[in-house]
Amino acid sequence: MATETPPAAGAAETETMEIIGGAHTFGTVTDKISAIVLTKKTGRGWQLGFLVAFAITMMLLYAVAYLISTGIGIWGNNVPVGWGFDITNFVWWIGIGHAGTLISAVLLLLNQKWRTSINRFAEAMTLFAVACAGMYPLIHMGRAWFFYWLMPYPNTMQLWPQFRSPLVWDVFAVSTYATVSLLFWYVGLIPDVATLRDRSTSSVGRVVYGILSMGWRGSATHWHRYETAYLLLAGLATPLVVSVHTVVSFDFAVGIIPGWHTTIFPPYFVAGAIYSGFAMVLTLAIPIRAVYGLQDFITLKHLDNMAKVMLATGLLVAYGYAMEAFMAWYSNSTYEKFLMLNRFGGPYAFSYWMLIACNIVIPQLMWFRAVRRNVPLLFVISLIVNVGMWLERYVIIVVSLHRDFLPSSWGMYAGTVWDWATYIGTLGLFVALLFLFIRFLPMISIFEMRTLLPGAHAHPPAPEHQPGHAQPGEATA
Amino acid sequence: MRETLPPYGLLAEFDTPADLIRASRAAYGEGYRRMEAYSPFPVEGLTDALGQRPSRLPFVVLMGGILGGLIGYGLQYYAEVIGYPKNIGGRPFHSWPAFVPVTFECTVLGAALSAVLGMLALNGLPMPYHPLFHVPSFARATRDGFFLSIKAEDPKFNLEATAQFLRGLSPRDVQEVPQ
Repeated sequence: MATETPPAAGAAETETMEIIGGAHTFGTVTDKISAIVLTKKTGRGWQLGFLVAFAITMMLLYAVAYLISTGIGIWGNNVPVGWGFDITNFVWWIGIGHAGTLISAVLLLLNQKWRTSINRFAEAMTLFAVACAGMYPLIHMGRAWFFYWLMPYPNTMQLWPQFRSPLVWDVFAVSTYATVSLLFWYVGLIPDVATLRDRSTSSVGRVVYGILSMGWRGSATHWHRYETAYLLLAGLATPLVVSVHTVVSFDFAVGIIPGWHTTIFPPYFVAGAIYSGFAMVLTLAIPIRAVYGLQDFITLKHLDNMAKVMLATGLLVAYGYAMEAFMAWYSNSTYEKFLMLNRFGGPYAFSYWMLIACNIVIPQLMWFRAVRRNVPLLFVISLIVNVGMWLERYVIIVVSLHRDFLPSSWGMYAGTVWDWATYIGTLGLFVALLFLFIRFLPMISIFEMRTLLPGAHAHPPAPEHQPGHAQPGEATA
Repeated sequence: MRETLPPYGLLAEFDTPADLIRASRAAYGEGYRRMEAYSPFPVEGLTDALGQRPSRLPFVVLMGGILGGLIGYGLQYYAEVIGYPKNIGGRPFHSWPAFVPVTFECTVLGAALSAVLGMLALNGLPMPYHPLFHVPSFARATRDGFFLSIKAEDPKFNLEATAQFLRGLSPRDVQEVPQ
């Protein structure tokens, strides 16, 4: 993976290529990040942005209320295309969530220090994306008020879920993922919320942050257990994140539909999830660092590294597309071959070639250092990849379903205005939640940023690795 | 009128993590055991300097994970073999390979819950009240202050002598913490 951190060569630029810029101390790092939350004034930009996002969230509520009161008929889904925007959006959102877990867990285990300034809001992004994702399977069911039938519980009907079905695995995978993401995020927040408690000047702030911080005091014993718990959570979240998108891909791969029934789906879905997630992190990080002046903390180094991760995972995804096409030819199955030709030249060919352009062709620009350090261009590329990954799921779902085995049962699909309203509505919900998060909680992990400062290490980092722990030495005598 | 209450202990503030480690070692060497250090971020080697033993948390997490996995598998076994057996594509009722994903998810859930709840429980959190919160400068423990507190319950504790000892460690400040 392209996550190596060599000493930056291009130090001549105006922005830093280190993982933390400027001359900061423990105090200034704390003040700068907590000031964003503790400031009394709420900026005009925030108010306006939140207002727009909130209005779109209201549209989502309207669309969902209409859906539940009327039925799935308001959507474009119909035989033979029973899964449309709903499942496309579900997979898209859950994939976006995966980068947050990857940044916070996998990069922690790999000891990548640059994760520190982006992990908090990437985790928040995970939570909100999973919240948006989780909604879709529920409202897709038609009778959403019976969602609890998915859960195994002793009931008067004496029925139990069918545990050989990937759809039931999905219930467990997604709900575990949501729970663990929430725990990980909250545990990471505890020491920073304690900082806010101690620095807040309003009585409401002190009480609320006081409750949330649970009386955290930063004692050495507590920190020791805290770090153990955090590391273990990272170790647990890593296989979890792989399992979640694997199970999501099983929803397709276990079915016998041409274009779905393939063994490459799990790794290809996981790579795609990381790809789209990093694209979303860039889409969010670039405006946030500009608006809140966080260029010292989210530096060009971070953007450069994220671009490299996107390049690598994008190539994995490209390999997946190539293998799909190769296997369609190599299998010599009439239906698989037809499916591929239908993707290339059928009625939805435009979606397919757009997806290739968005996900494979355009991101190759990131091979160039000049592009990776061109912030506006990187922002545009990240948006393009977001669109491309949405199209990927759309192509997998709609194009595979609309023409399967019997030409007499072929059909066409298009999202209705309610499909679009729901999709755009979840975007609004996602953005609204992010606005609230940025206003009320520290979006960068303050205590982890402190550890990046030179004075944070009791012993100056020696060139050779010193044996494990500091010995109590004479103290034990 | 509550002056008869003995103090909670003494609190010394230091400027850097290195000073805090040095002071903790010195206090341990002096024979103090009931003490605790406070810092705005985890300082490597601090628990060693205080002479504390490693945490039991990993064991708790292991048990939580095993329990979660057993519950997950048991749930599926009960549902598919005893509660509501059904023929799905001719597979045996006890078709264990199909039970792996849910068992895995339940293992992770059990381990993650026990990691977080175990950490909080062993740390004695939530604890809204603590004597140290009486000391105004202790707010810096979540910003840029490094503190060492020696509790009055330590057998070697003596208000004058311990304060004298702490002052000898070149702290920024030494304060008495009321109960």
